Amino acid sequence: MIEFALDEGSGVATYLQLAQQVRQALRLGMLEPGERLPTAQQVVARLAINPNTVLKAYRELEREGLVRARPGQGTFVLRALPGTDPAVQARFLASMTGWLRSARAAGLGPDDVEAIYHTAFRDCFAEGVA
Amino acid sequence: MSTVIETRGLGKKYGRRWALRDCTLAIPAGQVVGLVGPNGAGKSTLLHLAVGLRTPTLGVITVFGGRPADSPAQLGRAGFVAQDTPVYARLSVADHLRMGAWLNPDWDGELAARRIERLGLDPHQRAGSLSGGQRAQLALTLAIAKRPGLLILDEPVASLDPLARREFLQDLMEIVAEHEVSVVLSSHLIADLERVCDYLVVLIASQVQLAGEVSELLAEHRRLSGPRRDPGRLPASQEIVEETHTDKQSLLLIRTSEPILDPAWAVTPVSVEDLVLAYMRRAGSAGGARRPGLEVVS
Amino acid sequence: MIRFSWLQFRAQAVAALGALAIVAVALAVTGPHLNHLYDTSGVATCHARGDCASVATTFLNQVPADQILYYLGIAVLLAAPPVIGMFWGAPLVTRELETGTVRLAWTQGVTRTRWLAVKVAVTGLAAMVTAGLLSLMLTWWSGPVDTAAALKTGYSISFIRIGPVLFGARDIMPVGYAAFAFALGVTAGVLIRRTVPAIAATLVVFAAVAIAWPLLIRPLLIAPVHAIVALTPASISTSLAAGPGGSEIVMPVASAVPPGSWVLSTRTLDSTGHAFNAATVPACQGSSPSQALACQATLGRLHLRDLISYQPASSFWPLQWYETAIFLGLAALLAGLCLWRIRRQAS
Repeated sequence: MIEFALDEGSGVATYLQLAQQVRQALRLGMLEPGERLPTAQQVVARLAINPNTVLKAYRELEREGLVRARPGQGTFVLRALPGTDPAVQARFLASMTGWLRSARAAGLGPDDVEAIYHTAFRDCFAEGVA
Repeated sequence: MSTVIETRGLGKKYGRRWALRDCTLAIPAGQVVGLVGPNGAGKSTLLHLAVGLRTPTLGVITVFGGRPADSPAQLGRAGFVAQDTPVYARLSVADHLRMGAWLNPDWDGELAARRIERLGLDPHQRAGSLSGGQRAQLALTLAIAKRPGLLILDEPVASLDPLARREFLQDLMEIVAEHEVSVVLSSHLIADLERVCDYLVVLIASQVQLAGEVSELLAEHRRLSGPRRDPGRLPASQEIVEETHTDKQSLLLIRTSEPILDPAWAVTPVSVEDLVLAYMRRAGSAGGARRPGLEVVS
Repeated sequence: MIRFSWLQFRAQAVAALGALAIVAVALAVTGPHLNHLYDTSGVATCHARGDCASVATTFLNQVPADQILYYLGIAVLLAAPPVIGMFWGAPLVTRELETGTVRLAWTQGVTRTRWLAVKVAVTGLAAMVTAGLLSLMLTWWSGPVDTAAALKTGYSISFIRIGPVLFGARDIMPVGYAAFAFALGVTAGVLIRRTVPAIAATLVVFAAVAIAWPLLIRPLLIAPVHAIVALTPASISTSLAAGPGGSEIVMPVASAVPPGSWVLSTRTLDSTGHAFNAATVPACQGSSPSQALACQATLGRLHLRDLISYQPASSFWPLQWYETAIFLGLAALLAGLCLWRIRRQAS
């Protein structure tokens, strides 16, 4: 079952953060088609946010065709995100982990790593998706 | 959308002081409504008027279309948690549940018992020896177990420590999700309200300064920063809430429904907290500015 | 709401039961012995023999400890109503106002009026029952001492049951007082809204009524009986008594009213029917014994009469019923006032 987290200072609307976390979970294979998302009740019991926010996030995902709400039963994942091949994911996860370890061994701290990452990211994905 | 609380020109006077004035609101159902403002702004007064603990001096207030506390049926429609959650100190937790069962026609005893057990409260413990957080949970249990359509809470977390506050809000949101009950919640802690509310009423100096859906309010307000200039040159559809000027820079918080076309301004969104604070500062300076105005007679 | 009122009243009920139990035990332990001594003392048959004062005195001397209980009993019965008014009546509403629990009570499923009506009814009833039981026990137990004390003191006003001291502490009168004091307390609480001032106000008002009533109102409830006593030279007593307006009146040697009567007023009239003030007679100035005899002789020639108005002992029960009804009526009125006022009450 996916666990949501909230970044209050980011300025990004809560429902967007929740939707994004579902998409990321789908990409990483942590959520699979047919699995049920936590109910609004379960989410707000942990996060102390408005249930309408959760429902709004789920509606957004439903609009994208990623999930489907079945009345009385819950909200279920419909499909994985396109372009996610778990094997490819695993390979890049491994290489990223290796790179991070080398950077750390070379004396780079978290802020340095983030600055490098963001600069490279911006160059590569010029549209700046959050 | 239906409304749970409607007021028209509502006012309440204590002695010579108006605690609430010109209050006209239509609070929608099915939402968590935050009532925010500084202490003494009139929040408790408005909520007490809504549950019938006080009667209006002027104007009208209706809850679900009826006059508050008029009849047992009307009393059953709204559950109330008062500030500092008063309980009968010498009666036990179980005694309070009995009271709920005896005094409320639509009492859900199972729900109450389940909640007490899940909260870990000892039914035989005297309510006076409960912690602040436990008392708040007991009061919330009493309010929700009568199955109201509306829960009204007056600063329920103000005197709780941060952990108890968080647990209370988690619990409250779970109740909202499970029972689809409307909530009106007052606080002077804006950060808490930001998490849980989707409708906001800002009450400052006994008057409503702002009221609306949070998403709409955030969409309508913008922070503008740019080189120092006279704000009189903004279009009329853009209302200035707050302006600060240094010798080189102007910072404005404006309310508008139209896009900002002037490229000289850098536009950033506003958080709920910044919004409320700006309106509070505006209300504070409006009171102060009046006085010099009276003195300028030369 | 009835059950909840009982729940809230629990602690006070226990205290009341405890007090009643203590009284009951004390009376049960001493009562039979007291009655036995009374039965064997001959007081019951003393009128036939004409030795009432002496057998009564003998009986009373045998029970010194019981006399203490007797006076305690009177004190308890006179104090119970105001205590009930102060500690059951005044805090009924003020405690909830001061602790803020009205904000809980008035947002349940009962209207304020019903809330107060039931609380007042349940607690008021308990007040009346408590006072009633106390009075029942103490009136029964005190019977022999009442009779003996009246006989010993020649029907002194303090020891006749219709007199201002015992009347309020016997039979059903405490029930009426308790209801009234309770309603007074609740009203004070509703109007004043703070416990300590309400308690003080209840005490002050109740005391004022309790003291003024026997003096001003009780004498008017039933038409008194008037007796005219001719003051012949043989029947005039040697000492004068204080009369209305600082004058001095002439008293007969033997009592002119039936035993156990409550004398309301005595006036001396001269032969023309006008008020007579013995202080104006020169022979009656001064206080030496020879002067008293001369005064007595002088007055005896004046054909004076005493006009006495009194309530006979037989008025006791009618007065008890009337007064209890009046006080119950006052209690009901006060309760109604509270119910009306609570609707507009601020929390």
